[in-house]
Amino acid sequence: MNKLVQKDWPSALFILVIGLGAVLGSKSYTLGTLARMGPGYFPTLLGMLLILMGLLMLVGPRGDEVKTQGTWRGRLRPWGCTILGMLAFVLIGQYGGFAPAIFALILIAAFGDRANSTKTNVMLASAVTIVAVAVFHYGLQLQFPLFVWG
Amino acid sequence: MIENLMLGVQTAFQWENFLYAFIGVFIGNVVGVLPGIGSLAAISMLLPLTYGLNPVAALMMLAGLYYGTSFGGATTTILLNLPGTPTHAVVCVDGHPLAKKGRAGSAIFIAMFASFVGVSIGIALMATLSPLLTGVAFMFGPQEYFALMLMGLLAASTLTTGSPLKGVTSVVIGLLFGVVGTDVMTGVSRFDFGLSTLQDGVSLVVLATALFGIADVLTHAGKLGEGSLTTDSKINRNSVRPEKGEIKQSAKPIVRGATIGSALGILPGAGGTLAAFMSYAVEKKTSKTPERFGKGAMEGVSGPEAANSSAAITAFIPTLTLGIPGDAVMALMLGALMIHNITPGPAIMVEHPDLFWGLIISFWIGNFILLVLNIPLIGMWVKLLQVPYRIIFPIILLLISIGVYSANNNIYDVIMVLGVGIFGFLASRLGFQPAPMLLGFVLGPMVEENFRRSLLMAHGDLLVFFKQPLSAVFMSVSLLLLALVAFKRLRKTWAKPPQVQTA
Repeated sequence: MNKLVQKDWPSALFILVIGLGAVLGSKSYTLGTLARMGPGYFPTLLGMLLILMGLLMLVGPRGDEVKTQGTWRGRLRPWGCTILGMLAFVLIGQYGGFAPAIFALILIAAFGDRANSTKTNVMLASAVTIVAVAVFHYGLQLQFPLFVWG
Repeated sequence: MIENLMLGVQTAFQWENFLYAFIGVFIGNVVGVLPGIGSLAAISMLLPLTYGLNPVAALMMLAGLYYGTSFGGATTTILLNLPGTPTHAVVCVDGHPLAKKGRAGSAIFIAMFASFVGVSIGIALMATLSPLLTGVAFMFGPQEYFALMLMGLLAASTLTTGSPLKGVTSVVIGLLFGVVGTDVMTGVSRFDFGLSTLQDGVSLVVLATALFGIADVLTHAGKLGEGSLTTDSKINRNSVRPEKGEIKQSAKPIVRGATIGSALGILPGAGGTLAAFMSYAVEKKTSKTPERFGKGAMEGVSGPEAANSSAAITAFIPTLTLGIPGDAVMALMLGALMIHNITPGPAIMVEHPDLFWGLIISFWIGNFILLVLNIPLIGMWVKLLQVPYRIIFPIILLLISIGVYSANNNIYDVIMVLGVGIFGFLASRLGFQPAPMLLGFVLGPMVEENFRRSLLMAHGDLLVFFKQPLSAVFMSVSLLLLALVAFKRLRKTWAKPPQVQTA
């Protein structure tokens, strides 16, 4: 192992990208002077601070605070189901309505945990759909059509 | 003083206010007990529900949610060894061994009792101190505000757990989120990526539910196993009572804890977690039998629990009187006030005395309700504890989606919450905490405005922040905090022997 491997490269890179983005993004706004700052001054300053911190992370030792949070393997399923479930809520909410959107979100998300059986998921999704429609549509009068046709 | 408190009693007992305070406390208690949902997620998800209420009722409900979740979290901590919030982490150390010994009931009672006493002391302090602090706050100019906010942000990001450098970085990322939207001084729309919704800035609900809801689900889903109770003895209303002499034994730790908590709660940034840890350390040090700690010492539950509860109350003092929140929960409270067009700050006690004093009284009533509610309901909480996370998390996702949608009736906000949530999840995996990010976001526009205004008035002289005594003190503390971070980092570099690096 050489010295470079021990550095916290992912964190530093993450910060440098955001910092650079902020500095470059601010270029389209007037910078101004310290006495009369334009809209671009503060974000440019923040971006430069981030770049500085990213570089500091590469200079200093890797903090021992980085916890091992487990591997990525076996976690793709819950992540995928969470993301797909929310996207389904948006798409089906737009073209199908509130009720099917709830059902889809709960059903897809619940598949994220291996311990849930298909039967559990369908039952959970049905129950939550009924309760949520009662509470949010009829109870709190949420402006979201229950069903959209076509 | 007496008149003010009477006004508070009147306001807090108005039918609508009392009802929403009760709803907040109750939902908070239920949600707090459920494993995997903390105060922040609960408050963010229910924030849109309070938009339609009057500001007093809205804030009472949110505050109720806050201490309700905190109360419920203590139960989960003791029974499952799963702290829902970092403020309870230290309560695990002795609370859980107590549960293993079959004394869960009395540990829960003592925790509730300690919280209640801690809260009462915090409230007394808030009622006496706030008027004084308001007097000081009227002397604040833009440079004082900027310096105080800088100090608060640095304290919040460096004094918590984890790397201080990453904490400060999180704050700066939060400040950047705060830049999005129309610039108050020139009217230019910044970083809106061509989206009209972003012209008003990133919405607080979107950012908060993304960082604390979505990111949490991504962290825990498929990983948080079933909760298993470690105590064999049945817990019901009869077991929730102290054993002989326990209240007397806990009296001193509670008073000490509440004192530490009240003091730390006022300081921006320090907050409940630090107070709880400090109280634990103090109890262990002053105890004649320190070896009992970690194996089920009641003082290890009562002290920290009193400390974090009183800190939760006194944290409202800087939030309401100065408009400067000390932690992420307070940032959400501040955001809620601003949504209702109330600017927190020294004027709040003059312009909205009913809100201020009503809130103080409602804290006390709310915590009293909790104490009364929890004894008969403990059996129900124990059942609720066993609901597995695999059932809970899809429902959390639904509540977030509906909450975010309802704020603007805009379905595309749901996509934004998902995007920001994934960002927050990646950031927290890399060690960048979401709480300082939210704090930076809420304070961002105010930091920028006061920074620009100070320098505008001083014709660009950066030394303006050191010219007034108050702001000079805040700036010095900020610099001291930065020096501390730098020192810690350098020491780490020096302490590392070279052979380790080549190994």
